[in-house]
Amino acid sequence: MNDTIKIQELDQVVIRFSGDSGDGMQLTGLQFTGASAVHGNDVVTLPDFPAEIRAPAGTISGISGFQVQFGSKKVNTPGDFPDVLVAMNPAGLLANIKDLKRDGFAIIDRDTFTAANIKKAGYAEEVDPLSPEASLHKKIIAAPITSQTMAALSDFEMDKKSKERCKNFFTLGILFWLYDLSPQYTTDWLKVKFGKKPILAEANIKTMTEGMLYAQNSGFFQSQYRVNSAPTVPGTYRSLTGNEAAGIGLVAAAHLAGLKLFLGSYPITPATTILEEVAKHKNHDVKAIQMEDEIAGICSSIGAAWAGDLAVTTTSGPGVALKGEAMGLAVITEIPLVIVNVQRGGPSTGLPTKTEQSDLLQAMYGRNGESPMPVIAAKSPADCFWQAIEACRLALKYMTPVMLLTDGYLGNGSESFRIPDESELPKLTHTMVSDPEGYFPYNRDPETLARGWVKPGTPGMRNRIGGLEKDALTGAVSHDPDNHDTMVRTRQKKIDNIANDIPDLEVLQSKDGNEVLVIGWGSTYGSIRNRVAKYQKQGKPVSHAHFTHISPFPKNTLEVLRKYKKLVVAEMNLGQLSKLLAAEFPVEVIPLTKIQGRPFTEEEIELVVDTLL
Amino acid sequence: MNAESKYKKQDFVPDGAVKWCAGCGDFSILAQTQKVLAATGRSPDEFAFISGIGCSSRFPYYVNSYGYHTIHGRALAIATGTKIANPELSVWVAMGDGDGLAIGGNHFLHAVRRNLDMVVILMDNQIYGLTKGQFSPTSIRGQKTKTAPTGTMEDPIDPVALTLGLNGTFVARTTDRSMKQMSEILMRAYEHKGFSMVQILQNCPIFNDGAHDLATAKATRDDHTLVLEHGQKMIFGKDKDKAIVRDGFKPKVVNVADVNEAEILVHDEKDSGLGHFLAQMQGSDYPIPLGVFIERTAPTIDQEYRTSNDAEIERLGKGTLNNLLHQGETWKV
Repeated sequence: MNDTIKIQELDQVVIRFSGDSGDGMQLTGLQFTGASAVHGNDVVTLPDFPAEIRAPAGTISGISGFQVQFGSKKVNTPGDFPDVLVAMNPAGLLANIKDLKRDGFAIIDRDTFTAANIKKAGYAEEVDPLSPEASLHKKIIAAPITSQTMAALSDFEMDKKSKERCKNFFTLGILFWLYDLSPQYTTDWLKVKFGKKPILAEANIKTMTEGMLYAQNSGFFQSQYRVNSAPTVPGTYRSLTGNEAAGIGLVAAAHLAGLKLFLGSYPITPATTILEEVAKHKNHDVKAIQMEDEIAGICSSIGAAWAGDLAVTTTSGPGVALKGEAMGLAVITEIPLVIVNVQRGGPSTGLPTKTEQSDLLQAMYGRNGESPMPVIAAKSPADCFWQAIEACRLALKYMTPVMLLTDGYLGNGSESFRIPDESELPKLTHTMVSDPEGYFPYNRDPETLARGWVKPGTPGMRNRIGGLEKDALTGAVSHDPDNHDTMVRTRQKKIDNIANDIPDLEVLQSKDGNEVLVIGWGSTYGSIRNRVAKYQKQGKPVSHAHFTHISPFPKNTLEVLRKYKKLVVAEMNLGQLSKLLAAEFPVEVIPLTKIQGRPFTEEEIELVVDTLL
Repeated sequence: MNAESKYKKQDFVPDGAVKWCAGCGDFSILAQTQKVLAATGRSPDEFAFISGIGCSSRFPYYVNSYGYHTIHGRALAIATGTKIANPELSVWVAMGDGDGLAIGGNHFLHAVRRNLDMVVILMDNQIYGLTKGQFSPTSIRGQKTKTAPTGTMEDPIDPVALTLGLNGTFVARTTDRSMKQMSEILMRAYEHKGFSMVQILQNCPIFNDGAHDLATAKATRDDHTLVLEHGQKMIFGKDKDKAIVRDGFKPKVVNVADVNEAEILVHDEKDSGLGHFLAQMQGSDYPIPLGVFIERTAPTIDQEYRTSNDAEIERLGKGTLNNLLHQGETWKV
């Protein structure tokens, strides 16, 4: 025991794991995250998948990354730059060393730094990756991870390859010791995971324990660190990715509405895991149907909505493009439907595994004719749960398709989710009617303007609807010019009126004046919030407003915008919300845009906002 | 068929005019369908008619049941959701050859292979009518249309062969002039548990008049069609003098007088090999087979979803909001 080792306290730490896509980096990252979350830290993660499933081993294109930020206060984002870089091979080091903080350090597996691997990673000839020049003078801890793993498992009757596969748990052990975290979470997980192959559970636990001992005894570390638990709301927590949260939110919404959930979908990155999540819940009598294409995905959902299910389709931008005509059918037949777009880099196939917010205008206008629908956006992985419920609430109450925008960053990223009490969840109402007395298909509720929802099979209420313009009351096909004018305006008014039924736009208000308002929507929430909170701590007149509801905008939007001298709109596109705000309100906005497939860093926000102060 | 049905054809006729062109084959298909619906003895409230776009896709407006007139080519995809959401409904899809096999071709493939329990009426006039006369995927090679002024350069799809190739469980063909056969087939299609594809050769008097005359005109039909009847010999012709025999792996038309009677093929709706064999009867060397090519039973996807959900409910217990939220690894703070 080395009793000279001290424990230092830190507010937050960012770790980036990187290795070949077969190295188990996602798993290692998730295990670390779980242990940290159970310890009580606030955690946010972001995986970074390569576009290829198994790109050539050892090359930069095959690098799979996972970043976690954990803190003793709300961290909001997975962090911009890592304090610790774990690189399981030379490619992982080369791809990430520039991002490592100057006072951070990298932990590498020395055994993988062979001449052949160094060359494969793409280092210039005769460059030593661990030299101060190549490592940009950053601290490198070169641990013999593979050979230590093999030594730890010398008594285990396993083949060499299986033993080698345990090496990520050695790394995990190092990190558990370094951040003074209990390995219990992972031990429990391994025992369940390898319940049928106990030798693998034992081998991984042994390797992890050896990793912890190695960290303690190797002399590499003069100090352990501790990130205290964050003062969060007491309750039961679980870790969820945005896509898992959205999937669970949809199933929950069906319970809240007393309806069956129908999800017609088609696999597309990065949205597929919502379909996978929902498909797990067959005992909730959900029907998650993998259809033959994107169009069939939405059309089957429309058919199910007509039949009386809570119907949803999930996709990404290219899929939304294909679903456009069918969305119009849902608009004109006033059928409740939720369309979830987990946005990715575009146009066309674009950057399928990277994140972007460039489908906002598509969500608003990407259909033929006057075809309005509510558009809402989730701001964090856990918020995907809440906004999935909100999208269902609006769809059912107003008999309309609703677009829910998330993105790859939210969908794949995870954070701690406080499991709400059932009493905290909204009640969802719908317009289903079964009384034939005085019924017409386009009878509307005078307040919501929603028409009644009649399930086929309901006695005595037979009716025929369709994509042709309908008479404003009877629902019979009508080509009458005045009727069309009425119907177009009524459909628009129905959506506009939703402004009366959504929360006001909130502002994280500076006490020091109304110089700058930084405006965002969706997944940019965390980076903007963190940077603006820092400005406010520094006594600067910078405030933050974040849109969840974009169509319609909250009622108080203009009132908020008018208060500030300068409006900066930060978004991961060429200024789509800027355009909407400028078109809707008499204000001038300054677009702050980034289209790199990655979220904003705090520094990038600072670069623009500083010039306005 | 329910001989004592309490419903009459009139119960399935809604208010409002039918707006097809005078002489359109769709009228007789609508009338036979309404008769069959009445004869089923089921309430009009329990039928859902779904269509895409095209002349024939106006069908749901003309049947007094629940109806959804949707978008071009997508009727089967929409019907898939409706039937899986509510397997109790009797779902019928009305489609044309362009709607169902061109723009909707992909959905057609998958609806057949999933064996959705529904009736599909494919009104095949070998032309686009609503857009005023362009060739369709069933137009014959060389057919002159507005978009093929010198004749089409494509071979047509045979919907029967296509559906058989996808292992369809009920495949039939009839014509808009064969009232009795049409209503018998439609009733059997209704009773069949699975995807019932009924191709109806239908005349478009405006843009492709007479396209099916060989099969429908009094003067020619007996010599140019073969009526398939389960257990009956394949003999046809005005004088019942022609028959179908096997010639290697192909059917062959012979004179009854020239062959041993035992060589004449006997129709068997349960023999899928025979169905595929008969589907080769395309083109001028053969009569056009009418009737039920195949009927067989197979699991339907709507019931499969019902069954697998019930099994999961049985295995895990009925899911509640509480166990949805609390599943997986959780921790307390």
